[in-house]
Amino acid sequence: MSSRPELQAPPEIFYNDEEARKYTSSSRIIEIQAQLSERAMELLALPDDGVPRLLLDIGCGSGLSGETLSENGHQWIGLDISQSMLNIALEREVEGDLMLADMGQGLGFRPGVIDGAISISAVQWLCNADKSSHDPRLRLKAFFGSLYRCLARGARAVLQVYPENLAQRELILGFAMRSGFAGGVVVDYPHSTKKRKEYLVLTCGPPSLSAATPQGKGEQEESCSADEGSGDEENQTVCISDRHRPRKKQKITKKGKGREWVMKKKEQMRRKGNVVPPDTKYTARKRKARF
Amino acid sequence: MRLLTHNMLSSNIKGVANGFPLRIEVEKVVEKQVDFNADFLKNMFAKIEWKALVDASRSMGYSELPGDANPSMLDSDDFLQKFHHALLELHLEEGALVCPETGRKFPVNKGIPNMLLHEDEV
Ligand SMILES: C[S@@+](CC[C@H](N)C(=O)[O-])C[C@H]1O[C@@H](n2cnc3c(N)ncnc32)[C@H](O)[C@@H]1O
Repeated sequence: MSSRPELQAPPEIFYNDEEARKYTSSSRIIEIQAQLSERAMELLALPDDGVPRLLLDIGCGSGLSGETLSENGHQWIGLDISQSMLNIALEREVEGDLMLADMGQGLGFRPGVIDGAISISAVQWLCNADKSSHDPRLRLKAFFGSLYRCLARGARAVLQVYPENLAQRELILGFAMRSGFAGGVVVDYPHSTKKRKEYLVLTCGPPSLSAATPQGKGEQEESCSADEGSGDEENQTVCISDRHRPRKKQKITKKGKGREWVMKKKEQMRRKGNVVPPDTKYTARKRKARF
Repeated sequence: MRLLTHNMLSSNIKGVANGFPLRIEVEKVVEKQVDFNADFLKNMFAKIEWKALVDASRSMGYSELPGDANPSMLDSDDFLQKFHHALLELHLEEGALVCPETGRKFPVNKGIPNMLLHEDEV
């Protein structure tokens, strides 16, 4: 792979017509973005009540990530700085509403109206100064501050990011915490350079039980505590939960033996009149490999 | 852009104290059918600025929404259908959103509002 796109050009220039089309017609990219979005949805941990929510997709691009939101039955608003990417999203007839906007200028939504937000492979772009008027710190501050304000209390934002290095990760997380969010980072496959993915899992509002950073599935021993909510940088808790499920196991999940499959089976058993344990958030969660 | 989004959007130009609601300038409206979901509407109702929705839907040529609404109306299927239509099925395809305080226009093309701010507006 060549150098990071973030180092080549500003996003609205890097993602021109040609790149936007290339990006969206690569089956590899489509698959990866879908997986990242599914995982983000999972970490968003919306109430399991079947009610569609109003979600944001920040840096929605051509709509690959938003599609996952639609598939899960939700309404969404996607914003992106690249007109070319949005044009492809139009072509693909995504169900969400689209906006041409720069997250670094702050999100222009009313306070407390959004039920949750995801962002897939986009927020690290804020760490670059693409114009003389750009100060990454001010842009991160504007972004996280406005994100915090528009989310409903207790709502979450899950941002999958590709920070260039440790300093960038800390910069991003630091501004998230200073805006009032509680939470931390969840790392999947931390030992694989290729598959390693990280997600900022942020909860809006006063610290509560629900503000604890979730763990990678089946990795309960890698526990971490919730931020005390002082908003003080010193106090932030960076939670790293190890998630190194072997490849094979993941394949099985993909073939359908995930939660959905288990729920279906349970329903079938119930209809047969069998006694079936109630469905909870633990249903179909992966077990630890050993105790 | 649907009125759901319009109802959430606010002008965030630097110095603007009340950027809501953005006034709608209509050039072209399109309607697209969306699956009806009463749970979504009931859940959203509390977050909707009703007057803004009524005015916005009027400017888009739909004037079936009652001027006032309260949660008890959510039991009425007739009400929910109208709410659904106004919120999710009317799209501003071409036109502009206008900041209520500064008059700055955010153009809407192919259904996509351009909310990018100029440097001196950040
Ligand atoms: C790798 S793409 C991901 C797109 C989409 N989320 C997906 O999963 O396919 C990153 C996107 O972030 C967008 N982006 C970068 N900086 C942005 C900014 N400041 N505001 C809004 N979008 C931005 C880019 O235009 C690009 O579409």
